[in-house]
Amino acid sequence: MFRYIVRRLLQMVLTFFGATFVVYALMFANVDDPFQALVGDRPLTDSQRAALNARYHLDDGFFTQYWHYVKGLLTGDFGMSLTGRPIAEMLAQAWPVTVRLALLSIVIAAVLAVGAGVLSGLRRGGVFDTVTLVLTLIVLAMPIVVLAPLAQLIFGIQLGWFPPTATRDANLYELLLPALVLGSLVVATQLRVTRSSVAENLRADYVRTARAKGLAPRRVIGVHVLRNSLIPVITLIGVDIGALMSGAVVTEGVFNIPGVGFNLFRGVRTEDGPLVVGFVSVLVIVFLVINLIVDLLYAALDPRIRYE
Amino acid sequence: MPGKSPWKMAASLAAIALVAAGCSGSTSEDTETLPNSISIGIIEPSSLIPSNSTEANASQVLASLFYPLVRFDARNTPYPVAAQSITHDKANRVWTVRLKPGFTFSNGEPVTADNYLNAWNYGAYGPNAQLASYFYGRIDGFADLQSEDPDGTGPEKAPEPKAKKLRGLKKVNDLTFTVTLSESFAGWQSVMGYDAFYPLPKAAFSGDGVLNKDFGEAPIGNGPFKVKGKWSHDEKIVVEQVPDFKGTVPKIAGITWKIYQDLGAQYADLIAGNLDVETKLPIESLGSASGDLGARLGKTPSSSFSFMGFPLYEDKWKNPDVRRALSMAINREEMTDQVFLGSETPAKSFVSPVVQGARPNSCGQWCEYNPTRARQLYTAAKGPRDIKIGYNSDGGHKAWIDAMCNQIKGSLGVNCTGAPQPKLKVLLDKVRAGEDVGLIRLGWTMDYPLMESYLGPLYTTDGSSNYYGYKNSTYDSLVRQGSAAPTTAQSEKLWREAEDLLVRDMPVLPLRFGQNVFGYSDRVTDVTMDLYQKVDIYSIDIAS
Repeated sequence: MFRYIVRRLLQMVLTFFGATFVVYALMFANVDDPFQALVGDRPLTDSQRAALNARYHLDDGFFTQYWHYVKGLLTGDFGMSLTGRPIAEMLAQAWPVTVRLALLSIVIAAVLAVGAGVLSGLRRGGVFDTVTLVLTLIVLAMPIVVLAPLAQLIFGIQLGWFPPTATRDANLYELLLPALVLGSLVVATQLRVTRSSVAENLRADYVRTARAKGLAPRRVIGVHVLRNSLIPVITLIGVDIGALMSGAVVTEGVFNIPGVGFNLFRGVRTEDGPLVVGFVSVLVIVFLVINLIVDLLYAALDPRIRYE
Repeated sequence: MPGKSPWKMAASLAAIALVAAGCSGSTSEDTETLPNSISIGIIEPSSLIPSNSTEANASQVLASLFYPLVRFDARNTPYPVAAQSITHDKANRVWTVRLKPGFTFSNGEPVTADNYLNAWNYGAYGPNAQLASYFYGRIDGFADLQSEDPDGTGPEKAPEPKAKKLRGLKKVNDLTFTVTLSESFAGWQSVMGYDAFYPLPKAAFSGDGVLNKDFGEAPIGNGPFKVKGKWSHDEKIVVEQVPDFKGTVPKIAGITWKIYQDLGAQYADLIAGNLDVETKLPIESLGSASGDLGARLGKTPSSSFSFMGFPLYEDKWKNPDVRRALSMAINREEMTDQVFLGSETPAKSFVSPVVQGARPNSCGQWCEYNPTRARQLYTAAKGPRDIKIGYNSDGGHKAWIDAMCNQIKGSLGVNCTGAPQPKLKVLLDKVRAGEDVGLIRLGWTMDYPLMESYLGPLYTTDGSSNYYGYKNSTYDSLVRQGSAAPTTAQSEKLWREAEDLLVRDMPVLPLRFGQNVFGYSDRVTDVTMDLYQKVDIYSIDIAS
């Protein structure tokens, strides 16, 4: 187990540098003239451009620029955004709220999905099952660009149940509506996977054996079926956490949450290379760590899986 | 063993997640708002250093922190505010600014001539790369503070500029300084009303000409408000009144500039009563805004001007009759009503009528919708059978460009298509390279309320934004004479003559003038907005 973790961590270092290199190269290819965006329609003077290019090393070649960046990264310096803010500070300000939002929505989604999924799986073809299937179909079909403003309009403005926007230090209640909207991105898939997995496992040999042994139905379902059915769901939830952190662009925009998704979007829109690479680098680490945790959880859920 | 009970494990994971999600929830109320304070929505400013700010959001916040040399009355004539008097010599070249005594910065430092000179020298010095530095361009010696990179984007570094201070700025005594311009300019007093001409306190500088790194996080100004705490990026900037302010004292005790990423979110907060003023309503909400806001929906003119440039380097656009015919083929009213839902107004002149001396309908018959005459003229002048309209697709222009094309098709019976380019820069690069991109979609906002702020940059041969290549030496000299005329009345007369030449030549198609379409909550009253898309912080008040 220990050797496995060390090996994975070493792989993570390689993956991290590979990923930042690719992102850096892509941004380098995309960034054309970022400073023009700062002044709008007015042309930038040569003197201004020269000074700004020198400040951000933009007149160096690709590898020199990347070297500057990695050198900074290794000393903990993420560099400056093109509007002159230290990116480390922006990361520190943006991450907490996004993590809270993502965790809240994943908890809501997982509780809903596993709870309803198990019930549907047990009573396949029943009323509850049919209703959940139709509901998840609707949620799946509804793009978040529609869902988020709609939820804001109905629950935030017309009914006034929730505040229509949240800020960086929003409390649990303020984050609830955005978290519900964000959670709807993943709840339907998770629910359907749980349902089919439970339904499939109910017919498995070991369940028949357990029943034949005379175990109480609670124990058969609570331990034998559920534990085995959760393996694919856990994988999905793990991947979803990462997806929710990077994919909250629309939700964060609609509810005015200055988190990771918003910063990424701003960085891409304003051709702010250092900003995008900084946020993606941290995202890469988050993805890698979550994947490691998910893999370790497999072993806990399924004794047949052993890492060495 | 964690594996023994999946339920327990899941429950503890969920509990950890929930605790983490809620843990810092209690901090949201730690900066309680002052009574009598209001909130105004903005988009995150790019910088709060006056010489580095070129956009409306920063300008709005700075207006609460700084007190300008001049402000503008309802007719856009400048009057001194922080200045006691501003006088000039006969040739309009040497301007003497006398400051009102007794003013201080919010940190207690007295405001002196040095504060102005230091700030302007810092802003104009090329290597500081201040985005608003072009405002100092008329001051004598500006060119010596700039340096050019000898090999463009190559590895060589630009040499140090020849001078560090503007030759044209001279201190006379603590409260008086003179500004010498490189060329005569009658409207200089108006220019000095802009953000770039605010003073900076000694506390802003850590050395001669070196600005403190974090000055922009909580700028210290000479205005009626000061920053409470620091600029909380992407969230808010809280300002409170400076006690014993010597100038005009605003009626409100403080302003929370709430920062939004999205106009739609801002609108939701306005409707829900969490925000007092939204300065720019999102176009998708305009349909429902009058129902949502009633009398609390306001419209005032702004200085923005949307137009189409004719690529005059193309032979097919060389005949002025073709350009006039196209102008008459467009129904501007229909566009502003149907596509812009009344948020913009039809443009029938080359200079926004908001500035003094400008006329609302200088274009006359050529800008009136007249499809029959347009078709006759167009056919007689053998206009092109295919018209392309080049625009940048990242600015939400597609809807009205398509509408305009349909109007052209209907009026002239020719083919018309929109030709999107990903960004304005791509479009302009192609224009500079002389490629056929079709008509060029462009926009302009004035820098100072003078006709010259449109006539100079947009239409003179060496104008900074004359991308379409209009050249007319008579026009150039009229604009220059207007700038050098001894009185503003004479300037305006010459500038109007210059505009008449534009009417004759039609180098661009005037389309629309912008408006500020804003909304406010029932907590506030007397909300007005100026031409620079800023709320007037001196008149706004709490509703009784």
